[in-house]
Amino acid sequence: MRILFFGRLRDVAPVGPVPADVRDTGALRAWLGGRCPELLDPSIRVVVNDEIIPGDRPLDNDDEVAFLPAMSGG
Amino acid sequence: MIAIQGPPLDAAALLADFGAQAAGAGAIASFTGLVRRENDGATVSDLELDHHPRLTEKAVAAIGADARARFGLIDVAIVHRHGRLLPGEAIVFVAAAAPHRRAAFDAVDYVMDRLKTEAPFWKRERRSDGAFWLEARDSDHAARRRWEA
Repeated sequence: MRILFFGRLRDVAPVGPVPADVRDTGALRAWLGGRCPELLDPSIRVVVNDEIIPGDRPLDNDDEVAFLPAMSGG
Repeated sequence: MIAIQGPPLDAAALLADFGAQAAGAGAIASFTGLVRRENDGATVSDLELDHHPRLTEKAVAAIGADARARFGLIDVAIVHRHGRLLPGEAIVFVAAAAPHRRAAFDAVDYVMDRLKTEAPFWKRERRSDGAFWLEARDSDHAARRRWEA
């Protein structure tokens, strides 16, 4: 599983292998949030394979998960 | 034209190309956003613009398509920088070609309001008083809501 962080999350995000029993986005967020509480902020969007996931979704080893903080272009 | 690109972003050249291709337009409006030299009283040294390699282009293209449909545009261009930018450099160029001026003005305004609040970009400003991640302001969200009616 590939995990990407953007914006301010790049500065604070935990590194290291994800445990094998983390099998969905909710569990991943909870596990990462235990190391970095900022990731539990409800305004952070979770994206799996380029699609924003509003709820929970199962994860496979070849999924790419991205954590997106509040955005601002322009 | 939708593009997320590195340097240079030459707004004058983009506008000339856009105008040359907008056959049948009665009006072209454009906007160029620049890196400010000062923010909150501090001097800005540079701006880092982070983006998602695929999602950002997809989101910007969707905003362009929405503007085209909503305002009956002949064409729309959104060109956005990523990477490191210096004060005075162009961050974003938006242009809209329409049969009449009101649609062209409104479309550019609409695209900017959506880019400010919804486009997957993250900005870090390095200034004389530190480095700060910038987020959309309340005024940006209020501006975005004007288009929901």
